[in-house]
Amino acid sequence: MKQNLYNYILGIADNSLILGQRLGELTGHGPSLETDIACTNISLDLFGQVRSYFQYAAKIAGDNRTEDDIAMLRKEREYVNVLLVEQPNRDFAYTMARQFLFDVYHLLFLQKLEKSKDLTLSAIATKSIKEVSYHERFSGDWIKRLGDGTEESKTKMQDAIDGLWTYTDELFHQTEADKAMVAEGIGVDVTKLKETYYKKVNEILEEATLEIPESKWFQKGGKDGIHTEHLGYLLAELQYMQRAYPNMEW
Amino acid sequence: MTTEQNIDQILIPILEQVSDPEIPVLSIMDMGVVRTAVIENNIVKVEITPTYSGCPAMDVIGDDIKAALKVAGYDSEIELILAPAWTTDWITPRGRKALEDYGIAAPLNAEADKDVLLNDKRIVKCTNCGSQNTRLVSQFGSTACKAQFQCDDCQEPFDYFKCLK
Repeated sequence: MKQNLYNYILGIADNSLILGQRLGELTGHGPSLETDIACTNISLDLFGQVRSYFQYAAKIAGDNRTEDDIAMLRKEREYVNVLLVEQPNRDFAYTMARQFLFDVYHLLFLQKLEKSKDLTLSAIATKSIKEVSYHERFSGDWIKRLGDGTEESKTKMQDAIDGLWTYTDELFHQTEADKAMVAEGIGVDVTKLKETYYKKVNEILEEATLEIPESKWFQKGGKDGIHTEHLGYLLAELQYMQRAYPNMEW
Repeated sequence: MTTEQNIDQILIPILEQVSDPEIPVLSIMDMGVVRTAVIENNIVKVEITPTYSGCPAMDVIGDDIKAALKVAGYDSEIELILAPAWTTDWITPRGRKALEDYGIAAPLNAEADKDVLLNDKRIVKCTNCGSQNTRLVSQFGSTACKAQFQCDDCQEPFDYFKCLK
């Protein structure tokens, strides 16, 4: 139970950690000042949520592990985020498409996690819902603006959606920790979110005059620690200080 | 509205001296982030709740509370709690006025907030000239809790404190 709960928390938090890091890469590099600030603000929200999850995980582990150890000192195969969130920032359409495809899932997930029997997870979910609702509005808005924009913005957004679509199905795969926690009334049954997810996503895509990808072939592996090549590079940057100067503190 | 608060009257004047480092005119009491402050065995136990999960001000606020209580002769323990989650409804009327005077438009109700952030409604009052002829520039402003606006009458750019329910 303890190990399952620990793994379960990491399964939730790693998504936010890795996506937060991706968005953080845009600090000073966003396409405009406003979007730069927006992306980094979303990153900050996600990191804040991650801290709450990792502090809880560290408490459950009960050894000397801290939130920072969990965030910074695992090996690539020990991260269990979905492949979607580790995909790099190719262009702004791609960044927003990745954000949107995650935000819709994230909000649905948190709305269920809020009902968890675990009071800490429920409290983190309640807090996060308020923030993630803004994220979803922001990214959904950009899907529509770029999709229903110029010919060039539409092409870029359609390419982004087509390219990232293959990573969406993994969001609804159950891990062993998931199954155990669902049985305990603590975890969310992600398989039940799938229908609502695609309905919501497709509605926005249609509104954005974009085509819904038809491909039925989906990538998976992130939840088992098997990642795309992109994660290693991301972690090299994320972990640099702790690897170069072990146990350093600000 | 803030019924879950449990604050010892003696401590209120001390806690009122502590402000949000990002919004120095707003005391943490008027912001509603202090949920508990009680004296137990000569130690003050304080519970604060974050406005936003990633709010970097929380660590500083914790340190500032400790320092202010120390000056008043108290040792303290600060704990960060998440439930119940903070809402902009907990900002006091005095806090709202302090925000406006500082140049930050106070949060509207949830419905109106949605209208300005999603449907381009012009109802946020400019903190400089009071005109409602204002438009959203960015859903995210200088901090996560604010959005960026501009007044189309006096041209003043200003922050709007987003409604968080």
